[in-house]
Amino acid sequence: MTLADALAIIMPRLTNEACVCSNGFMSRAVYGARDSEASFYMIGSMGLASSIGLGIAKGCPTRRVVVLDGDGNVLMNMGTLATIAVAAPRNLLHVCFDNAAHASTGGQRTISDRVRLDAVARAAGYAWVGRVETPAELTEQVAAFLAKEGPAFLLVRIALGPPGAPGPRIPFTPVQMTARVRRALGAAS
Amino acid sequence: MAFPADRFVDSLLTAGIDFATGVPCSLVGPVIAELERRGLYHGETREDAALGVAAGAYLGGKLPMVVMQNSGLGVSLNALASLHLLYEMPCLVLVTWRGMAGKDAPEHLVMGEVMPRLLDLFGVPWRAPEPDALASDVAWAGERLRATRKPVALVVKPGLFTTHS
Repeated sequence: MTLADALAIIMPRLTNEACVCSNGFMSRAVYGARDSEASFYMIGSMGLASSIGLGIAKGCPTRRVVVLDGDGNVLMNMGTLATIAVAAPRNLLHVCFDNAAHASTGGQRTISDRVRLDAVARAAGYAWVGRVETPAELTEQVAAFLAKEGPAFLLVRIALGPPGAPGPRIPFTPVQMTARVRRALGAAS
Repeated sequence: MAFPADRFVDSLLTAGIDFATGVPCSLVGPVIAELERRGLYHGETREDAALGVAAGAYLGGKLPMVVMQNSGLGVSLNALASLHLLYEMPCLVLVTWRGMAGKDAPEHLVMGEVMPRLLDLFGVPWRAPEPDALASDVAWAGERLRATRKPVALVVKPGLFTTHS
């Protein structure tokens, strides 16, 4: 199961959730799979997708928030796993697509094949933690996961995809993205 | 004489700043305590993560503040460059000035010396108010945040909120 395969299972099930997509290939793959006005595509600030998701969840407590993260990003900002667990936003769902590699920079190995990030999230204190490794498991669990009370963490074990980017570059400027996400979330312009 | 933390938080709310996160410094201890008392403070583990939380809060309709020691300004540079400045997200950075005038513990001296130039280099407008200018500088910061949609810094010198150094 590649990132594209996993997103093909998850993204059609989303409705009006705010999405925060980590930088690099993740944002491009998510944009290619399903764009929405409430999707924030992070193009820099590696590591901070989870923090941004927490901020939206706190600032907008009536909106469900889905963070689409990668193992490299989670490893870079493991402290925020603890912050999220303690802040305990019920409206925050955190998905980590784990290929044990920095896919966007050429597939260099990370250490998530030896440090299980779902176990880290569980130790931090997420209200619910799950792990899936096959398309069948993901298909079976995705609807229940998206209905969970947060903070919930789902690790989706994936394989490196084919060489090259998994989707187009984001066509919006960063400033346009800020404005459209705020509009979608009902923030004053 | 130190500026009362409750009056400072009142001035933040008047300026529209309604969400705070950050990492502590002793120079702003009373401010964090007052923010916590009012349920406005969401502590983070690192200053760049706090900037990420602030960015999300802004997307959700808040006008955020991040509290940090200037040691954390170094940690924050990529978030400022590739998140707040790039996406035009306003954020009040309340940053303490450890190492000011070379009088502090050794770990603060380099950042204490370069911080003003660092803020200028990143294009972050800043003021380092005396107590009698603090309320008007908070109002200035609020106006700049709305007008520019970019970070603005208030630099906290020793003695602004605390009587000990």
